[in-house]
Amino acid sequence: MAIFKDTGHLFRFAALFVVGTTSIFVLRAIVTPKSFGQYGHYRGAALKDLADRPVKYAGHQACEVCHTDIVTTKTAGKHAGVNCEACHGPLAKHADDPSNTPAKLDTAVLCVKCHAASAAKPKGFPQVQADDHSGGLACDTCHKPHDPAIAAGGAK
Amino acid sequence: MNVSRRYFMILVPAAAVAWESVLAGTPEDSPNYKMQDHWWGMLIDTPKCIGCGNCVRACEAENDVPEGFFRTWVERYHVTDENMENPEVISPEGGKHGFPAAKEDEGKYFFVPKMCNHCADSPCTQVCPVGATFVSPDGVVLIDQSYCLGCAYCVQACPYGCRYINPEKHSAEKCTLCYHRITKGLTTACCENCPTGARQLVDLKNPKDPIHAFLKTHSVQVLKPQMATGAKAFYNELDGSVR
Repeated sequence: MAIFKDTGHLFRFAALFVVGTTSIFVLRAIVTPKSFGQYGHYRGAALKDLADRPVKYAGHQACEVCHTDIVTTKTAGKHAGVNCEACHGPLAKHADDPSNTPAKLDTAVLCVKCHAASAAKPKGFPQVQADDHSGGLACDTCHKPHDPAIAAGGAK
Repeated sequence: MNVSRRYFMILVPAAAVAWESVLAGTPEDSPNYKMQDHWWGMLIDTPKCIGCGNCVRACEAENDVPEGFFRTWVERYHVTDENMENPEVISPEGGKHGFPAAKEDEGKYFFVPKMCNHCADSPCTQVCPVGATFVSPDGVVLIDQSYCLGCAYCVQACPYGCRYINPEKHSAEKCTLCYHRITKGLTTACCENCPTGARQLVDLKNPKDPIHAFLKTHSVQVLKPQMATGAKAFYNELDGSVR
C-alpha cells in the first residue's frame, strides 16, 4: 500500500498551506471596506463622503428667492449673466441664516478685477484705465453695479 | 400545507430574486440624484475668458485649496511668431489675482483656463496601486481621501498636471468637479462665479443640455487629443499653440 514512505511531512506542509491560504482570505475579508467593489475597484462609500461636503457658494437660485428686486434690475442690464456670488463672494451661510449679513463691497477694488484695461482681453469686453476714467472715485459713484450702463438709465 | 413540485419550482426562484433585492439594499441616499443619469464634463469657451481669476478664487474658497496649489488655474498665452512654436505663457499665482495689463503689442493674446479634464479613460486612475482614485459612474474623476496613500503616482501620470499632494494631509487632491455641488443640483463653484460664461458644466447624458448643439456647431477640441484620454473638458476655439 505504502507507495511513498515518510509522507507525514507532506501532510504537515499541506496543512500549513491550507491554514495560510485561509488566513489570507479571512484577513482580506476583514480589512477590505464593505463597499469596495460596489461600482468598481474602489470604495463605493467614497462617493457619498465626497457628495456630503457642505457648499460655500449658495448658488444664484438661492439668492433669487429673496432678492427679487435685484433680479429685476439685474436681468434688464449688462450684468444679467453675472451671478450674485461672482462679486459678493461665498454666501451659503447668509442663505442659511439671513441675519448673517455679508460685508459691503468696495467697488473701487472690485470692478477693476474684470474691467481693468488690458490688450490681452477680448476686444468687445468693456475695459477702462481706472485712474483716467474715474480719477480714483469709486465706480458706484456713477454706475449702479446691478445695471451698470449709464446710457440705459443706470446713472445714479 | 401541501406544496406541489410545480409550485416549489416557481417559489424557489421567486424567493431567490426577492433575497437578491434585499441584499442589494437601498442604492443611494440622495433620492433626487441618480448617478446613472449623468455623464459630466465641462465646456470652456476660451474667447469669452477675460482672465479675471474669479474661477480660481471661487475654487479655492469652495474646496479649501492650500496656498500655492491649484485645482483650476488660468494661463495667458502671448503668441508672436507665425509657427506658434514659442508662446509666452504666464500664470502668476494661477491667475488668482488676475494678470498684469498687456500693452498693445505684436502677436495675439488669449486666456486658457485649465482644470482636470475628467477623462473617461484617465491615465491617473489606472496607475493608482490601492484603488483610491477612480472614475465615478457619472463620469467624474475622484479621490477617496481616506484611502489615498500619497504615493503621487497619479500626480506624475496626469498629462495635464491637474493633481497635487496636499502638504498637510499628504494625500493627492484634485478638482472634484464640485461633486458635493453637482449632486445637489448646483453648478460648480468656478462655473457659478465665471462672470462671462466662459465655463459651463455640461451633462453629456442629458439630451436637453445645450452642449450637444454646441459641439455640432462650433470648433471644439480637447487638450492633448493624441493621448486618447477621453478628456471631457471641451475647449471652444482653442489656439494651436496651446499644449
